Amino acid sequence: MHELSIAESILAAVRKELVNHPGARPMRVGLRIGELSAVDVDSLTFCFEAVLTGTEWEGLQLDARVCPQRRICNDCGNQFAVVAYNARCPACASGNTTLISGEELDFDYLEVETDGTPAVEVKSAE
Amino acid sequence: MERLPLKSKVLNENQIIAESLRQRFREHGVLCLNLISSPGSGKTALLERTLATLDPATRVSVLTGDIQTDNDARRLARYGFPVQQITTGGTCHLDGRMIEKHLAVWDLDQIDLLFIENVGNLVCPSSYDLGEASKIVLLSVTEGEDKPLKYPSIFFKSDLFLLTKIDLLPYVPFDADVAEANARLVHPGIEIVRASATVEGGLDAWLAWLKQRMVQAPQDALAPAVK
Repeated sequence: MHELSIAESILAAVRKELVNHPGARPMRVGLRIGELSAVDVDSLTFCFEAVLTGTEWEGLQLDARVCPQRRICNDCGNQFAVVAYNARCPACASGNTTLISGEELDFDYLEVETDGTPAVEVKSAE
Repeated sequence: MERLPLKSKVLNENQIIAESLRQRFREHGVLCLNLISSPGSGKTALLERTLATLDPATRVSVLTGDIQTDNDARRLARYGFPVQQITTGGTCHLDGRMIEKHLAVWDLDQIDLLFIENVGNLVCPSSYDLGEASKIVLLSVTEGEDKPLKYPSIFFKSDLFLLTKIDLLPYVPFDADVAEANARLVHPGIEIVRASATVEGGLDAWLAWLKQRMVQAPQDALAPAVK
């Protein structure tokens, strides 16, 4: 159940990002979650709703996109989607392959509603 | 509605702490190993027998994590090396901040080898980088051969797979070759060592692996940082 800690991290990052956007109301936060990240999206969504309860942002939506595992073969150059966690190259059967995607636990975007004032310069939460 | 791009990692804060820990470990020549398994796979027993075997002059320290109790720290402290219990109070994994906080009372120059025994859990600890040089995943022969397929993340992220309790192989319907093939399916480059903490010589292969990594560690400390 580390999804609860992750939900709290998301909320903290949203809070930090909004410092750059006074008056903006967060509506939806987008995430990219790799299938190797060991994060369960249903559980994360549930925890996120729980940590929002009683805050001014109740109803803030989570848009978690699951990123499948993709690898590249270092021997034949084939790029392939990994099926059933089999990391071997389906073209040449080599085990010498490198992960391209599937490990993400990244923010993607934050959708906000503003009160009509011109948009301020966009900065990332980093 | 306005869409703002966000570029950071969700666990950015933990990642920053982990990278700073990794940098400190390199500067001080500390080999840090993060041991992860289900509850009861034998992490503490492995550490007990390892500490009992190591030359007392070896500068090794242990951080051991559990949700409750300091039982493991008390078990491990009997071997005379510095040990600290990290009691998470409900959290299912260790994070970088917990490691940083507990290391504050130790002088890293006095440590060559740091074991972190994570909370017993095959899922959550895999998401939290602790600045370790390697994650080590343990799986015992009383579990299932398909665990690497059911919990691929931790097998993917670990450098070493320790198959433990192999002295029990004659008594359980566990096919060690299948378990190892499953681990290699998920992570073709994973190193695999079979171990038993209860029979004579059962840890020889593990101790040889450890010795090799300890010889390597000071060289790594001199090499330029990766990433």
